[in-house]
Amino acid sequence: MSKEDWPLYEVFIRAKSGLSHRHAGSVHAADDEMALDHARDVYTRRNEGISIWVVRSSDIVASDPEESSAFFEPARDKIYRHPTFYEIPEGAENI
Amino acid sequence: MMNKKQAIIKYTLRLGDNALILAQRLIELVAHGPELEEEMANANFALDYLGQARMFYSYAGELEGNGRKEDDFAFMRGEREFCNFLLLEQPNGHFGDTIARSVMFEIFYLAQLEAIAACRDERLVEIAARAVKEIRYHLRHDSQWLVRLGDGTDESHAKIQASIDELWRFTGEMFAGDEVDDIIRDEFGGPDLDKIKTGWQSGMTRLLADATLQMPEDKWMDDGGRTGRHSEHFGPLIAEMQYMQRSYPGLDW
Repeated sequence: MSKEDWPLYEVFIRAKSGLSHRHAGSVHAADDEMALDHARDVYTRRNEGISIWVVRSSDIVASDPEESSAFFEPARDKIYRHPTFYEIPEGAENI
Repeated sequence: MMNKKQAIIKYTLRLGDNALILAQRLIELVAHGPELEEEMANANFALDYLGQARMFYSYAGELEGNGRKEDDFAFMRGEREFCNFLLLEQPNGHFGDTIARSVMFEIFYLAQLEAIAACRDERLVEIAARAVKEIRYHLRHDSQWLVRLGDGTDESHAKIQASIDELWRFTGEMFAGDEVDDIIRDEFGGPDLDKIKTGWQSGMTRLLADATLQMPEDKWMDDGGRTGRHSEHFGPLIAEMQYMQRSYPGLDW
């Protein structure tokens, strides 16, 4: 079987409780269970994680770079969406 | 008649020998994996076994009290002094042969380790409790492959069936206990090989059914590994494994 026959999976690893899964890389695998094993064997050898997600790369819906101006640029000048215009009440250390 | 101490030293060495010889076989496959990801899995597994062998040998050396260390057991003993199962020294063959060998052993080994983890020798309990986790994963991985190959294409099915048939005659040795096993069971509350055999047979039956494979009949079974009578494949295996220590005694990293 040639490598091209095995679909690509994206691997997401959660390093510890309370953190979110982060993209770690990708693996080739013939099926979902194999993808999970491969992700474990390739990306968590040095105690990197406590939870793994794998998903077929082809199942990920991604934004189109061509559309990035319409998608992202309108948010650039909306500074009022950042919570920077409030005065911090005295005595509140973290908001 | 063997005493308790002699028995546990012998038993611990056998555990170390099984782990070391399978580690050596898997190490031979490093840089020959069929896929990058399988390559990593195999190397991880080889290192797991090597780590287990080191723990067993170190403990055997302490029990023995003659100053022998892990390297002395691994590299300075001759062929007849190794007591691993014949199954584990069989050549890697093709990928299916390697998987079949691992699955047959690991179903046994996992049950053996689980029983050791509940025995009355504190150190063996510690080592087994750690090894159990590693082997549980190996078995998950290797069983999936057995099913994938068995229930895969006509060619993969025929090949893995041939691997199972060919290696079957080495499986009897795992359950053929001797005086050492009796003492470990009776005096230390260790594994009961009859129970392990029953569990192994039902586990194997289920797995082979999942893989659409035929369970071979028990016919003549090979043995001799536990008494140091090895197959013809063993000499070359330890010659390669021991080369550095034999050529440069005492060599250290």
